[in-house]
Amino acid sequence: MLDNLLILVQAPTITVDLVLNGILVGAIFALAAYGMALVWGVMNIINIAQGEFVMLGGYVAVIMSAHGVHPLLAVPVAAVLLFGLGWLLYRTVIFRIVERDLFTSILATFGISIVLQQLMNTVFGGDVQVAQAHLGTLLLMGGMVTLAQIKLLSFALAAVLAVVLVLFLRRSRLGQAIRATAQNARAARVLGIDTDRVYAATFGLNAALCGACGALVAMAYTVHPYIGLPYTIRSFMIVIVAGLGNLAGVIAAGLSLGAAENVAGFVLGTQYQLAFVFLLLVVVLVWRNWRLARKRQYLK
Amino acid sequence: MLHHRTLALAAVAALGLTTAPVFAQAGDTITLGAAVSLTGKYSTNGGHTQKGYDLAVKKINDAGGVKVGGKTYKIEVRYYDDESTPARGAELAERLIQQDGIKFLLGPYSSGMTKAIAPVTEQHKVPMVEANGASRSLFTNNYKYLFAILSTSEKYLASAVTLAAENAEALGKKPSEMKVALAFENDNFSQDVRAGVLEDLKKNNMKVVIDDELPRDLNDMSATLTKVKALKPDMLVVSGHSKGAATAIRQLDQMQIHVPILAMTHCDAAGIIKKFGKAASYTLCGTQWAPSLTYSDKLFGTAADFAKEFDKAYGYEPPYQAAESAAAVEVYANAFERAGSLDPQKVRDALASTDMMTFYGAIKFDDTGKNIAKPMALYQVLDGKYEVVAPSKFAQTKAVVPAPTD
Repeated sequence: MLDNLLILVQAPTITVDLVLNGILVGAIFALAAYGMALVWGVMNIINIAQGEFVMLGGYVAVIMSAHGVHPLLAVPVAAVLLFGLGWLLYRTVIFRIVERDLFTSILATFGISIVLQQLMNTVFGGDVQVAQAHLGTLLLMGGMVTLAQIKLLSFALAAVLAVVLVLFLRRSRLGQAIRATAQNARAARVLGIDTDRVYAATFGLNAALCGACGALVAMAYTVHPYIGLPYTIRSFMIVIVAGLGNLAGVIAAGLSLGAAENVAGFVLGTQYQLAFVFLLLVVVLVWRNWRLARKRQYLK
Repeated sequence: MLHHRTLALAAVAALGLTTAPVFAQAGDTITLGAAVSLTGKYSTNGGHTQKGYDLAVKKINDAGGVKVGGKTYKIEVRYYDDESTPARGAELAERLIQQDGIKFLLGPYSSGMTKAIAPVTEQHKVPMVEANGASRSLFTNNYKYLFAILSTSEKYLASAVTLAAENAEALGKKPSEMKVALAFENDNFSQDVRAGVLEDLKKNNMKVVIDDELPRDLNDMSATLTKVKALKPDMLVVSGHSKGAATAIRQLDQMQIHVPILAMTHCDAAGIIKKFGKAASYTLCGTQWAPSLTYSDKLFGTAADFAKEFDKAYGYEPPYQAAESAAAVEVYANAFERAGSLDPQKVRDALASTDMMTFYGAIKFDDTGKNIAKPMALYQVLDGKYEVVAPSKFAQTKAVVPAPTD
């Protein structure tokens, strides 16, 4: 561990490489996390199947690329397909739990995540899959910093999607209805908003975001039926740090988590990369609690 | 439900008591027993295993059968489907021995299943020749009736280390000056492989500069590979099932990292040539067996002959799982003839002193029952094809080490 730190000090370019690559993957985390924040904020549901939606999006890219279609086209296709799946899941499962307490929703979405995992394992087998975008690598600082073009592209796409999402929520009727429902579902209903439809659209929108993420993951990283959980955990972590309904916060938290995680993986070893995310989560929660306690004392 | 099952089992057991010796060596046939995964998660490889057994049995019978003490016997195999669950496998082994009266077992598919069955065969003193359980932990229990004809998992990449040492000069170094990076998943198989690699590194005095563990849900190992970029080891060894293989090849390419010697497991399962094309070039992959090795025996001829025959019978090129399974039956036939008797104890002793050459490689067991005569083979990806490059004595192509930079 110490020798790894020593490398970072001796070769600062390595640090630059780690941080930049971390930020690029962080954009994907941020996108999935924003979907989670949306569902959490509007419907009060914590979606444990978040990572599985990402995984499914990845398989869309894998299938398309296996049939000779360029996997970049899979980004919109995966989004549309996953929107449909999200809608369907709402109409079959989620609508039953939307008014229930948080534990019921965690249990139900956990069930969905297991079903999706095992389904993909049965259909495609447990082996790893990839989609080839056939892009090169950008070399900086004498080759010590390497940025895969597909990672840069997915960063850009994630940014575009975030902007589109903001515009959609601000400008469109449905977007406004979603925001109104998030603020006060009952009042929204009184004003004639079909909240059931809003919930279905929100859940579908989240799945679509994850699907787009997944297609990017399949091109830049690898996909197998069990990659879901780490993405769910990261989304959860990011939302906890940034809070609900705070897109800027989610993006900042996502990018920094990506960078911090990559550096931690370097220093502690790849096996502790995810453990580091958990540790960070605990630290953030404890710190939050401590701050709140101080505020309460002050109010007394 | 449970109740019904118990009743059914009791009924079967009662029947078994009265009809027990029917399958055992009835007439002039030796019946081998096997619980093989025909359904469940191992069904594909279970199928390869069964086909390997069947082909060898057919070949031996066509050649006249087995001569035991002046009498000629045909061989047959009695199969049960273990549904890829260890508990079911153990249950079926018990059934084969207790009810069907079978005295000789062939192994199931996978280390996990073999681990479940071995205590049963041991308890009943019934020999089991297995071809698909490579875990090191199978050979640390002092089993006396377990014989494994495949190379155990700690040998998977040992030949890669040997190859690296042989080619150290080409890198302008002594073997003891070579730096090695290791990235292994923290599951039993990969850790077995790691233990074997570490042992061989020590023998050659090579220095380990990176020793990372990979998580089970791996899809990004850039942190480890950044270390590789910084420390420039002469050799990188990766074992993390197919996801480890695919992730390593993809990210080494993305990060433009050149490693003179890259060795890994599960290349073919990950389909690295098909997925990554040129990026997979010069990768070394451990394999139990390959059709192009020049091993041969009297029954099947060369490894290539076996492959041809298998392809004719089943319509696809045999994976090593099928080859080693066929060889397991050959080992039994050989032991029966040398024992000159069908007494399990005598056959067991004959098995223990096996020393033969097969199309699958040499077979000779040590005290723990593992085959110590056959080295692992190594493929190298050359011109978009897997070419066998080690062990050098039986390979047809020379390894390209170090991998050229381009």
